[in-house]
Amino acid sequence: MPRLTADVDLCQGYGNCTTSAPDVYDIDDDGKVVLLKQTVNDADRSRVHEAARSCPVDALRVLDR
Amino acid sequence: MSGTVAIVGASVAGVRTAQALRGEGHDGPIVLIGAEATLPYDKPPLSKQFLAGTWDTDRMTLLTEAAARAADIEMRLGASAQHLDVAGKQVLLADGQRVDYDQVVIATGAAARPSPWPAASGVHVLRTLDDSRALRADLDRPGPVAIVGGGFIGAEVAATARALGHPVTVIDPLPAPISRLLGPEVGALIGQIHRRHDVDTRFGAGVEAISGHAGQLLLTLTDGRQVEAATVLVGIGAVPNTDWLAESGLLIGNGVVCDQYCRAVGRDEIWAVGDVARWQHLEIGEAVRVEHWTNAVEQASRVAFNLTHPDELRSYLPTDYVWSDQYDWKIQIVGRPYSAATHQIIGTPNDNPPRFAAVYSDKDSKLAGAVTVNWSKALMTCRRLLAHGASGAEAIALVQTLVTPAVTR
Repeated sequence: MPRLTADVDLCQGYGNCTTSAPDVYDIDDDGKVVLLKQTVNDADRSRVHEAARSCPVDALRVLDR
Repeated sequence: MSGTVAIVGASVAGVRTAQALRGEGHDGPIVLIGAEATLPYDKPPLSKQFLAGTWDTDRMTLLTEAAARAADIEMRLGASAQHLDVAGKQVLLADGQRVDYDQVVIATGAAARPSPWPAASGVHVLRTLDDSRALRADLDRPGPVAIVGGGFIGAEVAATARALGHPVTVIDPLPAPISRLLGPEVGALIGQIHRRHDVDTRFGAGVEAISGHAGQLLLTLTDGRQVEAATVLVGIGAVPNTDWLAESGLLIGNGVVCDQYCRAVGRDEIWAVGDVARWQHLEIGEAVRVEHWTNAVEQASRVAFNLTHPDELRSYLPTDYVWSDQYDWKIQIVGRPYSAATHQIIGTPNDNPPRFAAVYSDKDSKLAGAVTVNWSKALMTCRRLLAHGASGAEAIALVQTLVTPAVTR
């Protein structure tokens, strides 16, 4: 199952990810990304990957294992 | 779908289109043509981390050789496009080579509007890696910096130059440069950003002339005042790179004029994306061109979808979203505040650093947009509500629930 990572130090709170995949990504009070899930189904992979790629500072990854 | 897709322009719009085409299952050749000889790079750091010297080019690379190979994207770098032969379906390059295509995506972006004030040296614009390197070289020497233009680029460079220790002056003909976008009250609030960071402003006066050379420049303003500077940055907007299309027969007018699907009008196999694309925005009711990173990324994904799904074309209707990092303020704007009738400010604009939101409602009391400073959570809330057509009152109530003790102190 694809595994998700987020680099909180890189995150600048641009929030593109939370708009594309609000079920997976959120922004906390400090403006940093929060992972709402650690893994996603294969069926959601491409959608979440697209959301991860919308990050301007490349803080998000969808790993295949 | 197969067939060759040529993408002209290798900045974020072009690179993202190439990647998204593979994501959409395009299995034909993709040729990515870039005028600069360097690997494709991302531009936002050029006014910030790269200019400050804290990031190197590796961190800005959008597409490495390995990633291009893995996605089977052929990169033709240092290859400037000279002409689009629409009838022959070829892109002509400056070195005389031709690239055949079945579909072509125009992603040549925009160039910095050149300084209309001639000076021997020391006057910069900022758009490319080379621009940023040249500006950085001058900033390595001490001396005051003058910024002409109080828009995002100007403000970001002002912040970087100040952080490097230079005395800085920002000059703009408008009394509050961002007020056109955000209205006078919020515009004035954000316009204070420079003075609050020990940067001088000369707002309400244009530049008459710049004379001298690097290290010793003199700016004469339209109100007669003068500003001395060692280095000048001119940030007065950008113009779409369409010169190479002049003989193509395509409709050009402040960009490549496109239909709602981002196809050049009258052509089913020619697309435009990013800063160079002026597409028919169905909600606004006119053709618009948007020069922002988020738009380039979103539009790239829409063009890739439409190109690979000719029977289910989707109109391009992006969320308007812009950010700018200036000093220790993160400014984020969503929607169209300029179209709003009223707004409400929530939070603490006078704290240091401030943290506040301005929530804008239109004449029908619907949420029209929001601007936040150092408050991503509030911005994202409004961005989500905007997509659902929420009322301004609903947004204001929700943002108020986000006010934490740290904000109300």
